[in-house]
Amino acid sequence: MCKAFGPVRANDDISLALAKGKIHGIVGENGAGKTTLMNVLYGCQRADAGEIYINGARRSLRSSAAAIRAGIGMVHQHFMLVDNFSVLENIMLGCERGMFLGANSPGPRRARAELQRLAAEYKLRADPDALTGDLPVGAQQRVEMLKTLVRGAEILILDEPTGALTPQEADDLFRILRVIRGQGKTVVLITHKLREIMAVSDRVTVMRDGRVVAVRETRDTNAGELSELMVGRAVATESRTAPPRRDSGTALTVKNLRVRDRHRVVRVRDVNLSLRSGEILGVAGVAGNGQSELLEALAGMCRVDGGEIVFHRGGGGGGGDGQGEAAAGSSPSQLRAKGVAHVPEDRRATGMVAFESASHAAILGYHREAQYRRGRNPRGIFFDWPFIGAQTRRRMDEFDVRPPLPEIRAAQFSGGNQQKLILAREMVREPRVLLIGQPTRGVDIGAIEFIHRKILTLRDQGSAILLVSVELEEILALADRIVVMFNGAVVGETPAAAADEKQLGRWMAGVRDEG
Amino acid sequence: MKAETLGAPQNVPWWIDPLLLTLCNLALAFAFSALLVWFIGESPPAIAAELLRGAFGSAEAVGYTLFYATNFIFTGLAVAVAYHCGLFNIGGEGQAYIGGLGLGLVALYMDALPFPLLLLCAMLAAALFGAGWSLVPAVLQAKRGSHVVITTIMFNFIAAALMNYLLVNVLIKPGSMSPETRVFADSAHLPMVHDLAAAVGLGLSASPLNLSFFIALLCCAATWLFLWHTPWGYEVRTVGGNPRAAVYAGISPSRCIILAMCLSGGLAGLLSLNEILGSQHRLLIEFTAGYGFVGIAVALMGRSHPAGIVLAAILFGALYQGGAELAYTFERISKDIVIVIQGLVILFTGALGFMLRPPLGAAWAKIFRGGGGRAVA
Repeated sequence: MCKAFGPVRANDDISLALAKGKIHGIVGENGAGKTTLMNVLYGCQRADAGEIYINGARRSLRSSAAAIRAGIGMVHQHFMLVDNFSVLENIMLGCERGMFLGANSPGPRRARAELQRLAAEYKLRADPDALTGDLPVGAQQRVEMLKTLVRGAEILILDEPTGALTPQEADDLFRILRVIRGQGKTVVLITHKLREIMAVSDRVTVMRDGRVVAVRETRDTNAGELSELMVGRAVATESRTAPPRRDSGTALTVKNLRVRDRHRVVRVRDVNLSLRSGEILGVAGVAGNGQSELLEALAGMCRVDGGEIVFHRGGGGGGGDGQGEAAAGSSPSQLRAKGVAHVPEDRRATGMVAFESASHAAILGYHREAQYRRGRNPRGIFFDWPFIGAQTRRRMDEFDVRPPLPEIRAAQFSGGNQQKLILAREMVREPRVLLIGQPTRGVDIGAIEFIHRKILTLRDQGSAILLVSVELEEILALADRIVVMFNGAVVGETPAAAADEKQLGRWMAGVRDEG
Repeated sequence: MKAETLGAPQNVPWWIDPLLLTLCNLALAFAFSALLVWFIGESPPAIAAELLRGAFGSAEAVGYTLFYATNFIFTGLAVAVAYHCGLFNIGGEGQAYIGGLGLGLVALYMDALPFPLLLLCAMLAAALFGAGWSLVPAVLQAKRGSHVVITTIMFNFIAAALMNYLLVNVLIKPGSMSPETRVFADSAHLPMVHDLAAAVGLGLSASPLNLSFFIALLCCAATWLFLWHTPWGYEVRTVGGNPRAAVYAGISPSRCIILAMCLSGGLAGLLSLNEILGSQHRLLIEFTAGYGFVGIAVALMGRSHPAGIVLAAILFGALYQGGAELAYTFERISKDIVIVIQGLVILFTGALGFMLRPPLGAAWAKIFRGGGGRAVA
């Protein structure tokens, strides 16, 4: 199987050969063109030039239906499942075979039989009658894979499959992938996590800037070489500076915090935390276990149902706990005035207005400050846009935002540059407390390094940092102390130095320590 | 996400969208109009020439065109301000109508005031009444989530019923059969542009164009300053662009919604300045005549930017004025055909406004490939 395209920006003259019965990894930074390539393979987008051969025959994949007929199956990063359907109904979706869908009609009967056969063959446990929305993420992923297998997929493409899985679930997935390979099918694994590539793939293709920069047999390479190939230069490993100061005061205390969402479902249950100045507290957990709501509650973005949030004054030194101010119910602007900065989890959806300029994004939340008014007059009614533009420009230089053009739309920057812009906004004021969610989600490796350095520098300057991340590696690299959340509650806490990945994984799966 | 990657190419010059696209849409609308005119047996070039002559052929024609344009500037701005807050204010018609009530009351009962003071009071009353009429839908949207599209439409009907009652039973000129008030005192008429021109020795033929055209232009400048140069406008646009980001930034979406809707209603209310104080000189039934609704098309075509709105308002003013002339001149062209042509312009520039965007962008990329800057991402 071979494929080549003409000069497209996202994918530039790519050739890719997939051997039957192998697990093929594709790695690259965000924006390297992995997803575009797979969208072309799956018929979602069409290539400007180039050909696709399957088993030696040229195929044109004009639509995903054509791709499915050609034996290509795709498991997207975000599952394409109907939550309130049963597993069986989801698997039949799009190939119902008949008008009648009662349990005893021929279509569902045959689908059920096939499902059971495939589940046995590939060791994919799945209860056909369970409601899909009730299943854990790992099980939903198995349903997605069964869906493609029922449709007769010979080539299975998985896009960032482990993003939402605990380490144990990920291991489970790799076991399944090996079984699928054993049945003579081809697996394509797209990821930016090198550990996974090294663990499960047979051969790996590295992409950068829309090109294939290297193809390696997995056993002949190592993670260091691959990351260098992805970035195009050697990557410095995390270097931590001073350990947290022991004498620093408490900056934030959370007592019995309880948050319900719009549907009155409890999202954060009785969480207790404390955070010292000059310390990074990492909140780990599988996505959707209350970390987002915790972060938003602390930032004043959602209503708190119970408990206390106290930001302490003057926690910078002096040992004793400073005067506290109860902050539950404070608005985000009141909190900003108290020196609480917030880098939101989803920068595009929360941290900026996508079609406004970078200057607009650079003052969001601080736009009422007198420095932005004409004449620096707090009662002035007009913005001083030239000043704002110049300041944004300086911050872009300082935080390496490319291109450093304050006037272009925020949406036109890549994810990493958007994130650096937001970090600049929240960090330059040297906040007492920085709440930061998923600082490097969708950010390329070069920028990750930069962002991590900035976070550590801010910590060394005495800020208290609450770091929420679903990337365990990130938490391990940055945090001084780690708590793990499951189903809205804190199930475990450990100093980072003593953290054991297996233990964290058990906590992430909701297993509390005995006694 | 997907639409972004499949649809419009990112690296086309900024002016393609507001200028070239709008011109292409207009060309399409006029092409269909020509087809229609040809179908009913008239010559499209002759009609086009007459339309242009009717709208711009003389000082009088230009005066009428700008007079209509004044109405559209007010209602277009009204729609645009709400739009920047993410709201679709369909209630310009009702807000203008009630604004007229406020203005009428001032002109009827405070006409002893010296003119500048009277004008100020009339403007304030028109704006406050219009704003008040949009306040209820605004509060319902901000606090209860009732959609403004629904509530403002309902308020149009309530405004019509209320004004009907007032004009038929309360404010009607004693002894009159038609539902309108007495004519305002001469001291309460807005100066005409041709009178002003005569005062400086310029002879212009008479038209209803009056001082409110300049007030409308001032409102454009004020709206522009408000939206793009004040913290309040910044907050309004943030709420409109991304309500979640607004909450994150500590901006209260409900306060912005109420502020934007009141400004919107106030601007719509100022329509009566032109129509009543400038031209009719009495409060009469249904003086808004659909200007509130056409304001939606004007704002869409003007991309909700004050400068664009002025241009779009002049286009619609020309269509109104030139179209009226057409119906006089050509036997087979009735008033309805003129309305159809206006409808086609609204259809292509408003409703189908972005239909041509992907092919235009693709054509641009094809012709100037390599010349344009790389995508920034």
